[in-house]
Amino acid sequence: MATGSGALTTQLSGRDLTLFRGDRCLFQDVGFALQAGELLLFEGSNGSGKTSLMKAMVGLLEFESGVIEWNGKPVGEQRQVFHGSLVWMAHRVGLKADLTLVENLHFESALRPQSADDLDSVLERLDISRLKPLPLRSLSAGQQRRVALARMLLADVPLWLMDEPFTNLDREGRALVMRLVKEHLAKGGLCAMAAHQDVEIDATVKKVVL
Amino acid sequence: MSAPQRDVPGMLDSLFAVARRDLLLAWKRPGDVLNPLFFFAMVCTLFPLAVGPSAEQLTFSGPGVLWVAALLAMLIALNSLFLSDFDDGSLEQLLVSPQPLPLLAIGKTAAHWLTSGLPLVLVSPIVAITYRMPGSVVVVLMLTLTLGTMSLSLLGSIGAALTVGLHRGTALLSLLILPLSMPVLIIGANTVSLAAGNETYSAGVWALAAYAVGALSLAPFATAAALRISNE
Repeated sequence: MATGSGALTTQLSGRDLTLFRGDRCLFQDVGFALQAGELLLFEGSNGSGKTSLMKAMVGLLEFESGVIEWNGKPVGEQRQVFHGSLVWMAHRVGLKADLTLVENLHFESALRPQSADDLDSVLERLDISRLKPLPLRSLSAGQQRRVALARMLLADVPLWLMDEPFTNLDREGRALVMRLVKEHLAKGGLCAMAAHQDVEIDATVKKVVL
Repeated sequence: MSAPQRDVPGMLDSLFAVARRDLLLAWKRPGDVLNPLFFFAMVCTLFPLAVGPSAEQLTFSGPGVLWVAALLAMLIALNSLFLSDFDDGSLEQLLVSPQPLPLLAIGKTAAHWLTSGLPLVLVSPIVAITYRMPGSVVVVLMLTLTLGTMSLSLLGSIGAALTVGLHRGTALLSLLILPLSMPVLIIGANTVSLAAGNETYSAGVWALAAYAVGALSLAPFATAAALRISNE
């Protein structure tokens, strides 16, 4: 591809972002610029607007002012391209409790570009392959987070958006998330993450404090 | 990215995937499907018991009762259209997917009709026996119910999308949808009455078909817009 997804041009930036919820101003004039291979961390206390910022980035909320740009173009003008380049790990996993994880992931595969990774090897890596025949409701919260991670690994998109990815995960799971993020960045991907904890990773980290 | 990025799956693939997922969910929770159907069958069979078995009266009121029961059964079923998706966060995932939201809404509505409208249509001939409807009228009943329930599902998806963020929005949903569904009820019931009276009824069928086509072409866009508003 000449433009768009080349390693040098993949970038995400935000300028003068201001967001209101009701009458309350969550944050004002926030900005960031993220290149391929970099991790963006949103830091802030509970209720500081980390989740709202991520929701507004993907278009679920509207910024009062400011603009998010993907590869130099405002995302509002290329919503489909932008949504086709990201996968969002929200606070709620967004999977169907009555379906098995294979049925859930199979459905997701019809929504966005899929990587060549084979489902079984991804499930093996995340240590959830033995849960294949079970409906999602019988999985623990941490195991459900791992299924949400599988959705990220199976999608062939440059931008990972993760809202509190460490919630409900054990120590091993947290290390796994960091390993996966690092690999993704090394491949030229981008990651924006909202997190309470300190994140230790061997990559360029940019911080936005809300 | 070293390899060029793969393409987004086709739009129709996503439509069918949404429909297939919802049908699978309905299959795993048959209670949700059976409830409205049970309601429809109960109203239709209890009515003759209450008003008495006079053949004249039953043939006269049959079309109206069947249609009112079908409309209310559809309303009962509508509430659940987007509710579980909203509650578990999968609606957000649909909203941030690169697929066009109106098409996903069609997929969901189609699955919803297949699990709510179609069962009513299929059960109606059995229920119609109670009202001594001749076979030729039953065919008209099924035809009008098919077209009518399609319109109701499509119109209802707008209301369901608007009220999904409000807890207990059922009353509001009915209030929003009933005015829009009145033409369907009036034309549907009258068409069956005309057919029962051996008069020409084709105009009513065409009108219902036109209404369904109109709903199909406009409702998905309204539903998509309503879903975006509800998710703010």
